[in-house]
Amino acid sequence: MFIQDNSIIMDVKKTFTFILSEIKPKGKVFTPFNVISGAIILLGIILIIFRFAKGLGAVTNLSQEYPWGLWIGFDVVTGVAFAGGAYVLTFMVYVLRMEKYHPIVRVTVLNGFLAYVFYAGALLLDLGRPWNVINPIIGNSFGVNSILFLVAWHFMLYMIAEFIEFSPAIAEWLGLERIRKVLNSLTLGAVIFGITLSTLHQSGLGALFLLAKGKIHPLWYSEFIPILFFVSSIFAGLSMVILEGTISQRVFKDKISPEHRASHDEIVIGLGKVAAGSMFVYFFMKVLEIIHGGEWNLLFTPAGYWYLVELCGLVLIPCIIYAKGVRDGSTKLLRVASILTIIGIIVNRLNISIIAFKWDAPVRYYPSWMEIEITLAVIFAEIWVFRWIVNRMPVLNEHPFEKDIG
Amino acid sequence: MDIRRRTFLKIAGLTGGTLVSGGFKNAQAVIQDPSLPDFSGMLIDTTMCIGCRSCEAACNEANKLPPPKVPFDDESVFEKYRDTEPDVYTVVNRYPNSKDPKNPIFVRRQCMHCNQPACASACLVKAMEKTKEGPVFYNKEKCMGCRYCMVACPFDMPKFEYNKAMPYVRKCTFCYLRQKEGKKPACAEACPTGATLFGKRKELIEIAKTRIYQNPDKYVHHIYGEAEVGGTGWVYLSSVPFEQIGFKTDLGTVAYPELTKGFLYGVPIVLLLWPTFLLGISYSNGERKNTKEGWKDVYSR
Ligand code: SF4
Ligand code: SF4
Repeated sequence: MFIQDNSIIMDVKKTFTFILSEIKPKGKVFTPFNVISGAIILLGIILIIFRFAKGLGAVTNLSQEYPWGLWIGFDVVTGVAFAGGAYVLTFMVYVLRMEKYHPIVRVTVLNGFLAYVFYAGALLLDLGRPWNVINPIIGNSFGVNSILFLVAWHFMLYMIAEFIEFSPAIAEWLGLERIRKVLNSLTLGAVIFGITLSTLHQSGLGALFLLAKGKIHPLWYSEFIPILFFVSSIFAGLSMVILEGTISQRVFKDKISPEHRASHDEIVIGLGKVAAGSMFVYFFMKVLEIIHGGEWNLLFTPAGYWYLVELCGLVLIPCIIYAKGVRDGSTKLLRVASILTIIGIIVNRLNISIIAFKWDAPVRYYPSWMEIEITLAVIFAEIWVFRWIVNRMPVLNEHPFEKDIG
Repeated sequence: MDIRRRTFLKIAGLTGGTLVSGGFKNAQAVIQDPSLPDFSGMLIDTTMCIGCRSCEAACNEANKLPPPKVPFDDESVFEKYRDTEPDVYTVVNRYPNSKDPKNPIFVRRQCMHCNQPACASACLVKAMEKTKEGPVFYNKEKCMGCRYCMVACPFDMPKFEYNKAMPYVRKCTFCYLRQKEGKKPACAEACPTGATLFGKRKELIEIAKTRIYQNPDKYVHHIYGEAEVGGTGWVYLSSVPFEQIGFKTDLGTVAYPELTKGFLYGVPIVLLLWPTFLLGISYSNGERKNTKEGWKDVYSR
C-alpha cells in the first residue's frame, strides 16, 4: 500500500503533463472552418457579456407576450430532442444487446453528452437570475409540483449518467487501465438510469407546455404532448446519429478502422428501420389525436396548412423515404430522410414553443440577429469540443468490448 | 423464454399499458375545492367603475413604483388599450358599452390571485406561492428568472424586467404586507365608488350573487372568476358579456395544476418500473460472466 503511494503520485504527474500536451491543437489552425466558426464564437462571447451586463432585453426580442424565444425553443427544446440518439442507442446495445451497433455507441453518447452540456447550458443564458439555478438543487426550495423542476433535475442527473457512460474512453485516453475497468462496470447501471431519465425528461419537455393551454394553437396543443415528444425524440435522435455519422465518416476518415467503415452502411440501414417504425407510430398517434380532439375543421385554415406541411411533408414523407431506403439498402435515401426528419423536428418544436404559441397575438416574436448569433456560437463551440475529443480519445476507432476480452 | 421471465414481462407490460392509457388523463374539473381555506378576495363591479384611476395611483404609491409616464388624472390613456407592466401592477381600460353607448365601461386588470395558481404550479423554486391569506406572493429572492410562470399564467400577469441585469418578475401583490397588518389593499381603500371591494372571497361571491339577483337586467348572470381556472381570488361583475370587455371566456374551469397532475403522478411509477424492466430485458438477452478470459458479456444472440 505504502510503497504504491509514490507511484500514484508519479501517475498523477504523468497524467497531468499528458493532458497539458494534449490541450494544444492538432493539425492546421487556420482552416476556413476554424476562422469562420472562431469569429462567430468570439462575437457570441462578446454578446453574452453584453447580455449579462444589460439584461435580456438588450440582445433578445423577448417580450411580456413571448417570455420564451429561440434559446428555449431551439437550443433547449429542439437540442435535447436531437440528443435523444444516445438513450435510444444505449437501449439497443446494452439492453437489447444488439451488438451490431456497438461501434457507434461511444460517439453517440459523446454527442448526447455535449449536446446536454451546451444546449441545456444555453439555458443559463436565458435565465434572468442564473445564479439562483442552484436553488432547486440544493433544496432550499423544492417546487416538486413543477414540471420544470423535474426537467431541471433530470437534465443534471442525465448529464452525470452520460458522463459515466463515456468515462471509460477518458480513462483509456489517459492510460488508466484499472480505473477504466471500474468505470466500465458502471456502464450498465448508468445506461439504465439514463434511459429512465430520458423517458421522463423527453416527455417532460413536452409536458412543460401543458400549462400553456389556450396559448398554443389547438392543432398543436394536446394532452398527449408528453407522449408525442417522447416518441418523436426517438427518430429525432436516430436521424441525428445517421447525419452525424455520415459527416464523421468524411471528416475523421483516418480515425475510423476499415471494418467499422464497412459495417457503417449496415448500421445506418438498421437505424433507418427503427426510425421509420417510430415515425409511423408517431404519425398514427398524431392522426388519432386530431380525430380525438375533433379538430378536422381547423385543418382548412392557414394554420392547418402549416400543420399539414409539418405532419405530411416532414413526418410522413421522410418516414416513407426511410422505409424505401431500408428496403432498397440505399444509404443515400436514408440520408435524405434523416435531413428531412431533422427539419421536421425543428419545425415541430418551434411550432409548439414559438410559432403556434400565441398564434393570434397582434405582435409576433421573431428572434433578433443576436439571439441567432449566440445560438450559432453555442453550436460551433460544441463542434470544437467534439472535434477536440474525437481527435484525442478513442471514440470512433475502437471497439471497447474487444479490449475487455483481450 | 422461461416462465418467470414471461410473467415478469406480462406484469411490466400491463403496468406500462395502464400508465400510457390512464396516466396522462386529466382529473375531472374541480370547481371549488372545499378544502381550500377562506381566502381574502376582491370583487370588481365594472358597472360601478368610473375610470378615475385612483386605484392605479394608490397602487403606485403603496408599492413605491416609479412615477407614471402619463399622470393619473390624464384621460388620454384610455385611447389605447394598456397592459400591466413591470412597474405598473394595475391598469384601467375603457371599453365601448354595447348596452348603453353613452356610458363606456371601465375595467381594471391585475393579477387575479387564483385559488390554484398556474404560476405557482409552474415555478420550480416556489417563488410564486398562494398564501393562506389569499395573495399569490412572489418571493423575489428565490426566483431564477426562467419565466415559466409567464408561459403558464392564463391571464399573462407576471411581467419580467427585460432591461435589467438583475431582473425580477413583477405583478400585483394584493398588498400582502398590508393585509398582514390588518389593513385593506391600497386600491380598495382608494376606490371612491366601491367598484373595488375587498373581503373574504366566499362573502364577496354571495354579495355578487345578490347584486345579480336584485338587478337581473343590469348584470350578465355570470361571476367571472367564480369558476374560471378553478376559481380566482378576484372576481368580476359586468353588464355586458365578458368577452366584450377583454376577458378570456374560453379558459374552462379546470384548475391549471390539474393539467400536469397526470404526468407528475406517472413519474414515480416510471422511475420505479422502468429500471427493473430494462434490467430484466438486458439480463435475458445476455449476461456478464466470469470466463477464462475474465469478465465478459455473453450474448444469447
Ligand atoms: S393571475 Fe396569473 S400570476 Fe396571478 S395568481 Fe393567477 S396564474 Fe398567478
Ligand atoms: S421566473 Fe421566477 S417566479 Fe417565475 S417560474 Fe421562474 S423562478 Fe418561478
